[in-house]
Amino acid sequence: MNRLAQTALLFLLGATLLHAATTDLYLRYVKEGLRPLVLLAGAVLIATAAATLWYDRRGRAHDHHPHREPRVSWLLTLPVLALILVAPPALGSYSAAHTGTALTKPFGFPALPTGDAPLRLAVADYAGRAVYDDGRSLQNRRLKITGFVTLDRKGTPYLVRMGLNCCAADAQPVKIALTGAIPPVLRPDTWLEITGTYTPRRMKDPVNGGPIPYLKVTTARPVPTPHDPYDETWNT
Amino acid sequence: MPSRTTGGTGPVAITKTAPQDSAEPGGTEGDGGATEGRATEARAKEARGNEGREQEGREQEGRHLNSPLLLTLVLLTAVMFQDPIRGALAAPVMQSWMTVFVAVMVQALPFLVLGVLLSAAIAVFVPPSFFARALPKRPALAVPVAGAAGAVLPGCECASVPVAGALVRRGVTPAAALAFLLSAPAINPIVLTATAVAFPGNPEMVLARFVASLLVACSMGWLWHRLGRTDWLRPPDRASYEGQGRGAAFWGSVRHDVTHAGGFLVIGAMAAATLKAVVPAQWLSLAAGNPVLSVLVLAALAVLLSICSEADAFVAASLTQFSLTARLTFLVVGPMIDLKLFAMQAGTFGRAFALRFAPATFALAVVVSALTGTVLL
Repeated sequence: MNRLAQTALLFLLGATLLHAATTDLYLRYVKEGLRPLVLLAGAVLIATAAATLWYDRRGRAHDHHPHREPRVSWLLTLPVLALILVAPPALGSYSAAHTGTALTKPFGFPALPTGDAPLRLAVADYAGRAVYDDGRSLQNRRLKITGFVTLDRKGTPYLVRMGLNCCAADAQPVKIALTGAIPPVLRPDTWLEITGTYTPRRMKDPVNGGPIPYLKVTTARPVPTPHDPYDETWNT
Repeated sequence: MPSRTTGGTGPVAITKTAPQDSAEPGGTEGDGGATEGRATEARAKEARGNEGREQEGREQEGRHLNSPLLLTLVLLTAVMFQDPIRGALAAPVMQSWMTVFVAVMVQALPFLVLGVLLSAAIAVFVPPSFFARALPKRPALAVPVAGAAGAVLPGCECASVPVAGALVRRGVTPAAALAFLLSAPAINPIVLTATAVAFPGNPEMVLARFVASLLVACSMGWLWHRLGRTDWLRPPDRASYEGQGRGAAFWGSVRHDVTHAGGFLVIGAMAAATLKAVVPAQWLSLAAGNPVLSVLVLAALAVLLSICSEADAFVAASLTQFSLTARLTFLVVGPMIDLKLFAMQAGTFGRAFALRFAPATFALAVVVSALTGTVLL
């Protein structure tokens, strides 16, 4: 790959990164905090392409090094094509079903707001309180929890949210098993907002033996995929 | 291998073969592309028919001239076949593979760019005499100094490979540069803070990680000083920037390093995505019971998963069925050697180097972290 092709590729790669970071696309792959770095990297790549062109125009004389450029550079077309053409979705039920629940004991259980309205909780928050606090703060409350549907091999339905520390390579699921008025048809990867109540029933994750609490479903409502498909708060 | 079906073969196969093949994808879709391609083919054939050695150079040049055209053809082909490509990638395994692959790339590229900028700055703006003054004369002393200096490079392992490469080219003794390469991603403040956050109940984990990583880095430096041979290290593979302005040299170095190390990063990301999609998590719980096996399994897992050193502590924290010593091994091995790093080291320092250095690092890291774990945890 010669200088011109490298320059074009750097420009494309930079533009792709800028495109991903200026839309919500990057949230499917990395945490929100990396956004400035991704933007910066895109800008530097474009600047490199521009500088190469500029110095080439100014200093034609220096261009006669017959230096063989590495062929491995061609592989950089793959991430460009993957991001532009395919833009794979955020990790969903397939990874969730193949990875054990990553529930860890929370530092503490801050008091929940009181009132009659259904209480909005994150999947990991509910699971943590149900397993490690025996649901003390959840008794007799109507709860609203959003996550996507995952079915394991036996067909048990779970409500799952993937937690993220840095990028999707380290994403791990936290699962809640569903019982009660489960909708008759459940398609994996559908995002649901479930209204339900705490139940002391628990099970073990068939993958890693981790604890999975149950949630008694009253109603389930399909919702669009949230702005950030991952839960970035669960362990920081 | 899922990677092969994604069009991964497209660009590689085209570059590897002579221009005849490059006409093929063009012929199937674009008229303009096809004529161009045939013209190239004709030129190449003519060149080959005529003569021997001397024309070789011209053909080489012809091929070099072609790469922008080839790039255009690759991109156009991919765009035209986007529906079949998407269809082929619709299976859940493939989708999760691609997500992890893209995620590793998007996450690692900013750090790679950071490291490349730093290495270009070292290569262009810092005179070699600076390192001669900053580091002790005797390599045996320079190793721990360079290892400890790793604490000031805030980033993950993708940044440290190009920086270590620049240090070697700048005349720093390889033993010291290698100690820096190994210690920088593991002992910098960002990574240590992440470790403290991930293990709230075990602050000794931070100390153990720091001590074990620094020990391994320095031992590898000394080991290289005693046993290493310079001919294992590939001589600097790049056009010299002598005689160019500083700006041209700086940006030339950035361009070269990003396209080069970036290509190897792609290989590593593909390997990591494959393993993440293929290795079933059930195997892990089987190994957790045995203390020796659990250390070895987590060490192997650290190599295979190639997680960024800033995030690996959280993954280690979630492997609750394993002992703290086994998880320490995961944290020490991961930033020093994994698939992504191996590909990048092979690209920067040469394959002969990487094939010797990587196994030695792995073995030493496992032993040292097992010992540190028994003493401190």
